[in-house]
Amino acid sequence: MIALQDRKLALWNIGVAYVAFLIGTLCGLLQVFIRNDALQLPAWLDYYQILTAHGVLLALIFTTFFIFGFFITGMSKSLGSFGPKVRLFSWIGFWVTLLGTVMATVMIISGQASVMYTFYAPLQASGFFYVGLALVIIGTWISSFALVGHYHVWRKKHKGQLSPLFAFMTITTIIMWIIACLGVVATVLFQYIPWAFGWTDTIDVELSRSLFWYFGHPLVYFWLLPAYMAWYLIVPKLLGVKVFSDSLARLSFVLFILFSIPVGFHHQLTEPGISNFWKFLQVVLTFMVIVPSLMTAFSMFATFEIAGRKNGGKGLFGWFTKLPWKDIRFTSIFIAMAFFIPGGAGGIINASFQLNEVVHNTLWIVGHFHITVGTPVAMTFMGITFWLIPYLTGRKFTKSMKVLGLVQIITWSIGMVLMSTAQHLLGLLGAPRRTAYSSYNDHPAALEWFDGILTNHVTMAVGGSILFVSAMILIYIVVMTMFLSPKAVETKDMVDFPLAESDMSNTPKWLENWWIWIGLAAALIALAYAIPITHMIQNAPPGSEGFKTW
Amino acid sequence: MHLHKYEKIWLTLGIASLIVFLSVVGVSAFSQNHTPAGGMETIDPKKVNETAPFDNPGVTQLDDDTYQATIVAMAFGYNAPELRVPVGKEVIFKVTSTDVVHSFTIDNTKVNMMVVPGRITTKSYTFEKPGTYLILCNEYCGTGHHMMYTEIEVYEE
Ligand code: HEM
Ligand SMILES: [Cu+2]
Ligand SMILES: [Cu+2]
Repeated sequence: MIALQDRKLALWNIGVAYVAFLIGTLCGLLQVFIRNDALQLPAWLDYYQILTAHGVLLALIFTTFFIFGFFITGMSKSLGSFGPKVRLFSWIGFWVTLLGTVMATVMIISGQASVMYTFYAPLQASGFFYVGLALVIIGTWISSFALVGHYHVWRKKHKGQLSPLFAFMTITTIIMWIIACLGVVATVLFQYIPWAFGWTDTIDVELSRSLFWYFGHPLVYFWLLPAYMAWYLIVPKLLGVKVFSDSLARLSFVLFILFSIPVGFHHQLTEPGISNFWKFLQVVLTFMVIVPSLMTAFSMFATFEIAGRKNGGKGLFGWFTKLPWKDIRFTSIFIAMAFFIPGGAGGIINASFQLNEVVHNTLWIVGHFHITVGTPVAMTFMGITFWLIPYLTGRKFTKSMKVLGLVQIITWSIGMVLMSTAQHLLGLLGAPRRTAYSSYNDHPAALEWFDGILTNHVTMAVGGSILFVSAMILIYIVVMTMFLSPKAVETKDMVDFPLAESDMSNTPKWLENWWIWIGLAAALIALAYAIPITHMIQNAPPGSEGFKTW
Repeated sequence: MHLHKYEKIWLTLGIASLIVFLSVVGVSAFSQNHTPAGGMETIDPKKVNETAPFDNPGVTQLDDDTYQATIVAMAFGYNAPELRVPVGKEVIFKVTSTDVVHSFTIDNTKVNMMVVPGRITTKSYTFEKPGTYLILCNEYCGTGHHMMYTEIEVYEE
């Protein structure tokens, strides 16, 4: 077991993550009913306030705190206990992130920041909302540097050795995250904050959008890579095999540093200010990320097959039935992965130069990220939660918890299938996203969207309600394993951190030469952004004043 | 570095289909002009109503086969009196905003453009079926976002 102080640190991060999850999913429940006109909110609360809280608390806060809880535990486990400095900076990072979270949340709840988690200018929230967001990012940087410091100490002590796979992947994710945040830090510090506090009169909207999306797409890889870590490293252990290929795993991770960042324009395909050539170039770079995704898919299925055959599976697909389906730690992650197949396919559609026009800003997009972030990522985190909290608290993961875990995962899957299918289809028909449900004054074209078997008022609400029940079961499991389940006394009851062995004997050393990857990433980013951003700045229109339209 | 034989096959097939796919998208974009909405023109967002062509929004005929529809988006509506265009003729939409970011999205068509203050978005489209189409805003723009809509009538000549 890892040091008590490191466990505390991890538990606090996970605890905050689940508080955000609780409030966020409650907002989700309200949303599906408001969109149906089944629920009327009190005058001081409106749909867009709730939707902003939902996006911020789930997509930004739940994910970030959970990821750091996971990283801290794994880094302490694979590299040894933190030293006093690492620990101190991890705590400072935690408190700064939390302070930022509280500030932003208070601004949202008090109605001064109904600007969504994308906060597009010139919608102008209270300056403290942006300060809160900046603190969230700065906090994650402090936590990140603490982990990098821990890694650095280890490397100095182990000259010439490759680091353990968990540490390697953590550092890759952190490098990607820090490079990605440069965009959002630049726009928030130099554009939003001076403008929101009135030190400057206007803001360059298109520039702020481009800087935001420079960050906004890699943000999704910041959610995804920790889930991939579980897929590459945790799943083989649950199956009783080694990591399929250590070098392949590392290579796919560094490819994410290269191809996750210079792609933000694919969120801006239907807007002015960027010429078609540059949009298309970033579309091409976007698709490069399919390569590491294919590598990951291959490794996963190879791992499943090896494990299934080891357990006596015969024939072409006999191994499939030999997987440990009754182990909720495995089943949860397997289902999460399965959701990623249609999720990834949908992503290819979204990023396709012309097809984007069909789905851009429709409910399709909402369906898309519920089956990418809301399920593959979030459900992998749930699967991790089942053993991570008992591991950290030293409590049992009891039989009844295992059963509840299974119920939770199955209900989450059913709810998501219902809700996201309805959202995808409604989006294809043309129904927009981010609207308190309205039929555009009973416009016949709008009424038609909701006429189908799956695309009606009820499906999304039923799906959303099942999801909410599932979320509450999860919260119950979290509270039990954190505070109430009996302590594990005997060894057989102790919960393990299931980290698979990884054979590094064939792994080339250059994979861990970070300067190569950072240098290549910088070159790709310069290629994709330097000219269009320069053009954007040189040909900027007069800026925009702030508007508070809510 | 060691790669499994099947894995090499899998990656080769994957990368090959990627190249085919991107080529199709690229050719369709640049030699057949199937590109999404965009445009590089700028405008002072405070002076939209006095800057041509937005000082006189609506539909104008450019030549026998081309029409231009000029529209100003604002919270929470569109300033575009009487949007009527003939079926089968090219319509060039030009849209800008006087306040926040909106969209100009015509239901059941491929017209789906972001409207950014300070910029002019352009999209060319030819309607194939007559009828009345719903136009709506699909970029969150404030409390009235879900009420921001208008219509365009496509008539048979
Ligand atoms: C109880 C479970 C959930 C329900 C019922 C739910 C429901 C919804 C609904 C109805 C919308 C949007 C509607 C609109 O565009 O008007 C939405 C948006 C969204 N959801 Fe969820 N959701 C749930 C869980 C999650 C999770 C776990 C995540 C991510 C970790 C997530 C991330 C998002 C994001 C990022 C948006 C977009 C917000 C925006 O447009 O600004 N949701 N959700
Ligand atoms: Cu609007
Ligand atoms: Cu709107």
